Amino acid sequence: MLVNQPHGAVVSVRDGAVELAGRPVLRGIDLEVGAGEVLAVLGANGSGKSTLVRSTMGLVPTCRGEIRLFGVPLPRFGDWRRIGYVPQRVTAGSGVPASVREVVASGRLSRRRPFLPARRAARQAVEDAIAAVGLSGRARDSVSTLSGGQQQRVLIARALAGVPDLLVLDEPTAGVDVESQETFAEALRANLLRGATVVLVAHELGPLRELVDRTVVMRDGRIAYDGPPLAAFTDADQAHAHTHHHADLSRPASAHHPTVSAPLDPTGAQGEHR
Amino acid sequence: MSLLTYDFVVRALAGALFTGLAAPAVGTYLVQRRLALMGDGVGHIAVTGVALGLLTGTSPTLTAVAVAIVGAVVIELVRADGRTSGDVALALLFYGGIAGGVLLTGLAGQSAATLNTYLFGSITTISGADVWVTIGLAVVVVTLAVGLAPQLFAVAQDQEFARVAGLDVRVYNLLVSVMAAVTVTVAMRTVGLLLVSALMVVPVATAQQVTRAFRTTLAAAMAIGMAASLGGVAVSAYVDAAPGATIVLLALAGFAAAYPLGAWTRRRQRLARPFTEPQPEGVPVGLGHEHTAVPEEHAHEHGRECGHPAVPHGDHVDYVHDGHRHAPHGSHYDEH
Repeated sequence: MLVNQPHGAVVSVRDGAVELAGRPVLRGIDLEVGAGEVLAVLGANGSGKSTLVRSTMGLVPTCRGEIRLFGVPLPRFGDWRRIGYVPQRVTAGSGVPASVREVVASGRLSRRRPFLPARRAARQAVEDAIAAVGLSGRARDSVSTLSGGQQQRVLIARALAGVPDLLVLDEPTAGVDVESQETFAEALRANLLRGATVVLVAHELGPLRELVDRTVVMRDGRIAYDGPPLAAFTDADQAHAHTHHHADLSRPASAHHPTVSAPLDPTGAQGEHR
Repeated sequence: MSLLTYDFVVRALAGALFTGLAAPAVGTYLVQRRLALMGDGVGHIAVTGVALGLLTGTSPTLTAVAVAIVGAVVIELVRADGRTSGDVALALLFYGGIAGGVLLTGLAGQSAATLNTYLFGSITTISGADVWVTIGLAVVVVTLAVGLAPQLFAVAQDQEFARVAGLDVRVYNLLVSVMAAVTVTVAMRTVGLLLVSALMVVPVATAQQVTRAFRTTLAAAMAIGMAASLGGVAVSAYVDAAPGATIVLLALAGFAAAYPLGAWTRRRQRLARPFTEPQPEGVPVGLGHEHTAVPEEHAHEHGRECGHPAVPHGDHVDYVHDGHRHAPHGSHYDEH
């Protein structure tokens, strides 16, 4: 069932850079995520960890370098059913009520043909995803009546409903209660057994700590550390319920003041600015 | 029932039936993406379209459809561009549409009364051909709104997720805009351009008082819209009132009736909501081992008014205070 290539990276970024209004947000990013790996992207607020993940999903345009998903360059990539994405943000609600089941069912969209009703297997996958995050009893309820942590679980179930090979989560546990975090860790473990690859942006790892086999620490738009999880990165924030500058222990004391970074140098092809 | 023997009544009812179905179907997606006033904006632009038809001697319905589609696409492009906020874009088109319409109608040598039949509807003067055009366009709009419901729902619910699911978000957004423009011109003869938006939004607002899911909201809104339209035409035939206004007032009466019911269910849901997890005991909240809390007492909270120099530092502001820098952290201050 699973068709991960035996070799070749699931996500690969070469010399990736992102500019927002002339300011470099990411630069010199080289990253390869292998099949079955669990990568946690850590870093302080504004370090570019979220931008890194969003650029690999094609949500933020890169101004340099190349991104490949499952070996295919991003602009030509079309196999979106292999990806399950959980955006940052905890708003599952909108102007019109939507039930938990409906929101989760939209996770099957990349596998669904327009104008045709959902197949039985698809409906079963939706129910399974809802069960995996422990919300079976609330499937018919409107998402806006759920707590913040439960809403986040709905968004995770939506990503799981497509049974993806690559699961990309942007701060899935931010502001989520302990029970929801543990349910989520459980659901993630089940997907790992399936052989899925996981990329996870986090401020604190919490119960996910033991699942992670590699961490990337971002600082000022660059990868500052890439390797096995270190206690300093994963435990520092444990007791802190909110954002805190002491979290970034990798930053030396001398770099304690807000930094001013230079714009990216123009390269041959995109040298029109300045 | 003797009214049904009059052809114009039958045509009016048929027109109302399909308008009442199509308007809330599109309206649901507009309300979902919090663009409830978009129907109004498009309606105003369509005024210019009608006037263009009067001026050039072509069918005002055709020119209204064309101009409304152009206007709706412009609204969507301006909104998607993100540099002008959606409501400002709408406001600009409101004024331009009405002013252009009045100007062109004057140039065409038509009276305000002619324009009025489009502004407030004239369902009883609707012709047989008009009814068929209305039915045709309404069927197309309802088919798209119901058939593409999962896709349109996902795009309006969470654009980023929809993009990563491989949906062409821009195409679906433009589709909703074009559907809104077509619906506005379809409903022009029934409730009039100035009241179209009411038929798109009020049934949805009424339905969501009592519904919990998107599909049921969509279905209920279409049922309510249809009932209000048919009821409005029937009532206005008996009491000789303006049909467009009667339809809208009936829909609003429905909302007024549903609101207390909605308030009661919302209250029950709030009571059923779980309490948040209590913090585990033993660990003082927010105090980790890496922490350098300042032991001294603070007579005041640092802030704009306290007089201590403020130093912006990353995501927070430090205060230079008595020879050292303090960073506010929850209930206390950290040393820098």
